[in-house]
Amino acid sequence: MSTSAFVHDGRGPLHAPLPVRLSRARAPGWWGTVLFCATEAMLFACFIASYFYLRGSVEAFGAEGGKYVPLTRPLIMTALLIASSVTAWWGEKGLEAGNGMRLRIGLALTFLLGAAFLVVQGIEYSSRSMDWTTSAYDSVFMAITGFHGAHVAGGLLMNAYVQIRAWLGHFNSERHEAVGNAVLYWHFVDGVWLFILASLYLSPRLF
Amino acid sequence: MATLVEHVEIESLEKYLEETWKTPKTLYGALATVDHKKIGKRYLVTAFTFLLLGGLAAMAMRIQLARPESRLLSPEVYDQLFSMHGITMIFWYASPVLSGFSNYLVPLMLGSRDMAFPRLNAFTYWTFLLSGIFIYTSALGGVMPHGGWFAYVPLTGPQYSPRLNMDFYALALLFLTISTTAGAINFIVTIFKTRCPGMSISRMPLFMWSTLTTSFAMVFSLPALSAALLFLKFDRRMGTHFYDPVKGGTPMLWQHLFWTFGHPWVYIIILPATGMASMIIPTFCRRPIVGHVYVALATVSTGILGFGVWAHHMFATGMPALSTTFFSAASMGVSIPSGIQVLAWLATIWAARRHVLATPMLFMLGFICLFVIGGVSGVMTASVPFDWQATDTYFVVAHIHYVLLGINLFPVLAGFYYWLPKMTGRMLGERLGKWNFWVLFIGVNLTFFPMHFVGLRGMPRRVYTFPGGMGWDWLNLVESIGAGITGIGVLLFIINVLWSRKHGRLAGPNPWGASTLEWSMSSPPPEYNFAVIPSVRGRDPMWERHDTLLDNPGDDRHEMTNPALSVERDSVHREYRRADEADPSSADIQAWRVLDDGKETLESTMLDADPQAVLRMPEDSLWPLILSLAITALFIALLFKAPVWSLLTFALCLGCIAAWLWPTRATFPPERVA
Repeated sequence: MSTSAFVHDGRGPLHAPLPVRLSRARAPGWWGTVLFCATEAMLFACFIASYFYLRGSVEAFGAEGGKYVPLTRPLIMTALLIASSVTAWWGEKGLEAGNGMRLRIGLALTFLLGAAFLVVQGIEYSSRSMDWTTSAYDSVFMAITGFHGAHVAGGLLMNAYVQIRAWLGHFNSERHEAVGNAVLYWHFVDGVWLFILASLYLSPRLF
Repeated sequence: MATLVEHVEIESLEKYLEETWKTPKTLYGALATVDHKKIGKRYLVTAFTFLLLGGLAAMAMRIQLARPESRLLSPEVYDQLFSMHGITMIFWYASPVLSGFSNYLVPLMLGSRDMAFPRLNAFTYWTFLLSGIFIYTSALGGVMPHGGWFAYVPLTGPQYSPRLNMDFYALALLFLTISTTAGAINFIVTIFKTRCPGMSISRMPLFMWSTLTTSFAMVFSLPALSAALLFLKFDRRMGTHFYDPVKGGTPMLWQHLFWTFGHPWVYIIILPATGMASMIIPTFCRRPIVGHVYVALATVSTGILGFGVWAHHMFATGMPALSTTFFSAASMGVSIPSGIQVLAWLATIWAARRHVLATPMLFMLGFICLFVIGGVSGVMTASVPFDWQATDTYFVVAHIHYVLLGINLFPVLAGFYYWLPKMTGRMLGERLGKWNFWVLFIGVNLTFFPMHFVGLRGMPRRVYTFPGGMGWDWLNLVESIGAGITGIGVLLFIINVLWSRKHGRLAGPNPWGASTLEWSMSSPPPEYNFAVIPSVRGRDPMWERHDTLLDNPGDDRHEMTNPALSVERDSVHREYRRADEADPSSADIQAWRVLDDGKETLESTMLDADPQAVLRMPEDSLWPLILSLAITALFIALLFKAPVWSLLTFALCLGCIAAWLWPTRATFPPERVA
C-alpha cells in the first residue's frame, strides 16, 4: 500500500526513512472517519429495517406504506446530492493535483447543492403537511428523512469548517487529511440517501 | 548521502522522553491529561465504584427477599432498585471496567507510546463519568429508571410511565453510547495501525483480539440501541407511534431493536475478560496457550455469531415457529466457539510445565467453573420448550449471574491481582488474596445456585416479595445469606488493594515472569512507555530470549538481544541517513525507533506491522472535558424538553469540536500553500 514511502537501497523496509505523517498512506484519522461512517450506516440500517418491519407486520401502519408519495421532489433531491458528491470529488482531486482554487470552488458548490437539498426537503414536508404524530408510517418516515437531513446539515457544517481552513491556506497537495475526511463523510451521507430513496419511496411501488 | 552515527545515551533519552510526555501534577494536568495509563486507571476506579453502587442495590433487594411477604421496600422502590442494579452493572460497570484494562494495556502490549487518538480517549472517560452521574441524579427526584434494564414498552411508554424515570434512562444511555462508540473506534485504529514492528496480526496477544472483536461489535450493535431509545423518547415526549399498536406501531419493534443491541452487548462484556484469561492462564502454566489461532478465531466467531441470536430473548412473544427454531439453533451454535476457548484453557492447564497457583490463577480457575455452569444453563434456555417454562423466572436470573460474575467479575479480579502490580509497582497480598477468592467463590455459588431451583419451582423474577409456602422460602434465605458472604468477599478485595498501597511487596518489571511486552519496562511504567520502540519476532517476546526465564518467575535480570527491551544497556546506536537532503519531512533510519522529536509514536501497516510513518501525538488538552460538559448540558436541556437551551448547548458542542480539531503546533503546524 505504501511501499513508495520507502527508499529501496537493499537494506529492506526496516531501514528506510519514514514520512512524518503526511498523506501518503491512509492516516489514522481517515480510518476513524470510516468507522464513524460504519456505525452511522448501522444506525440508518436499523431505521430502515424498522420501516420494513412495521410495514410488513402491522395492518394499521398508515398511508399504505408510502405507495402514493409523488416521486418528483425526491428525484430532484437525489440529483442535487449526487451532483454535490461529484463537485466534492472534483474539488479534492484538484487539490491533489496542486490546484487549491479548484478545491475551494468544489467545496463551495457542494455546500450550495447540499443546502438546496435541505430546502427541497423542507418543501416536501410542508407541502404534504407531514405530521409524525398521525400514524406510525408518518413517525418512521419523518424520523428517517429527518435524521438524514440532520446528517446532511452536519456534513454542511464540516464542509464550512474545511472551507475556512482551505481559504486560510492550510492545505496543499500533500497535506489535506481534513478534506479527505469531510469529503468521505459527505459521500457516505449521499449513499445513505440512495438507500432511503430505494426503501421509502421506490419499494412501496414495487412490492 | 551523509551517514552519521550518533551514540544516544539511554539515560539522556529517557530524561528527554520523561520531560516531553509527562503530565504536570497540577489541577490542569489532572483535567487535561491524555495519557492512556491515567485514563485507564480512572476507568477502573470509576467502574469499580459503579460496581459497588449496583451491589448495594442488590444487597437491599436480597434483604427484602430473605423472607416471604416482607414489606421493607415498596413495589415502586423495589422496581427502581432492580432496574438500577441491572442498568448500573451492565452499562456502567461491566463494559467500562474492561475498557479500563484495555485502555491501560493496549499500547503497552502493542509496543506503542499511546492510543491512536489520545484526546478522544480522555473524552470517552469524561463522558462515561458524566453520563453515570447524570443517571444517578434521578435519585434526587425519586425518579430513577424503573422499567428494568431492558425497559419493555408499553410499560415504559408515555401511558404507563409518565414521569421522568425513563427519560433519564433513554438520555443517559444515549450519552454513554457516545463514549462507548468513540472508545471502540479508538481501539480499532490503535490495534490495526500502531503495533510495533514485527508484531504481525498473528503475533499480537489474544487480549488484543478480544478487544478488537468487542470494539467492532460495539460499532455495529450500539446503533440498534440508539434507534430503540430515540423511538422511545419520541413516543414518550413527541407523540409519535413507533411502539403504539393503535396507530400502526408495535411493542415488538422495541424488543427487536433492543435485543439486536442487547445480545451482542452481553458478548461485549465478557469477551475482553476471556482475552484476559488467555493472557493470565498461560503465564501460570509457564507455557504459551494451546491453540492460539483457534482461540483468536473463536473470539471473532463469537463476536460475529452473537449478532444472529437476539430473538432468543423473545421466545415467549408469539413469534412463528420458523423464527424461534432458527434462533434456537443459532443460540446453541454460538456456544461452540466458547467451548473451544474453554478447551484451549483446559488443554493449557493440562500441558503446563509447572502449575503456579497464585491468586490470579485461582480466580481464573473459578472463572472456568462458573463459565461452564452459566454456559450450561444458557444452552438449556436455548431450547424453546424449556425456555417457555424458565423465561422470566429465577432460572434465567441464575444463568445471567453465573455468566456475568463468572465471565466478567472473576476475570476482572484476576486481572486486578495480575496487573495492579504493573500499575502501582506493588504486589497485592497473596494470603488475603486467597481468602478473597474462596469467600467470594463460596458466596457467589451460595447466592446463585439455589436460584436455578427456585426458578424451576416457579418463582418469577422482578417480584418485590413472594408468598410463603410455595417451596421458595428456605432457598431465598440461603441466597440472601450468600449475598452477604459475596459482599464480604468484595470487601476483602478492597481491603487488599488499600493495604497493598503501603505494604505490598515491590513488584519490579516482571513479577510473574510473563511473556508479553507490558512486562518489559518498570512498574509503574514510565510516562512514555518505551524509550525505544521494540521489534518483536514472535508471540511471547519476553520468553524468546532466555529459557531460564520460564522456570524463574520473578527473575528480573533477563538478557535481551533486542536493545529496545533492555533497560540495562546504556546506549543505542542511531544512524542518520536522509534519503533526500532537501526533504525536511522524512525521518531517518534508526532514529525512528527512538522517536524523540516531541511526542511521537510509530504507525505501521495493518497486517504485517511494517513501519509506515511517524505519528505526532497531541499535548494535554482541556477540550475533551469541556466538550463532555457541553454535551452534559445538552442532555439536561433535552431532559427538561427546553428547545432553546437544547439548540444553544448543541451549538456550544459544535464550537468545542471546532476548537478541538483546529490544528495545533504540536500535531500539525499550519503552513501556507505555496
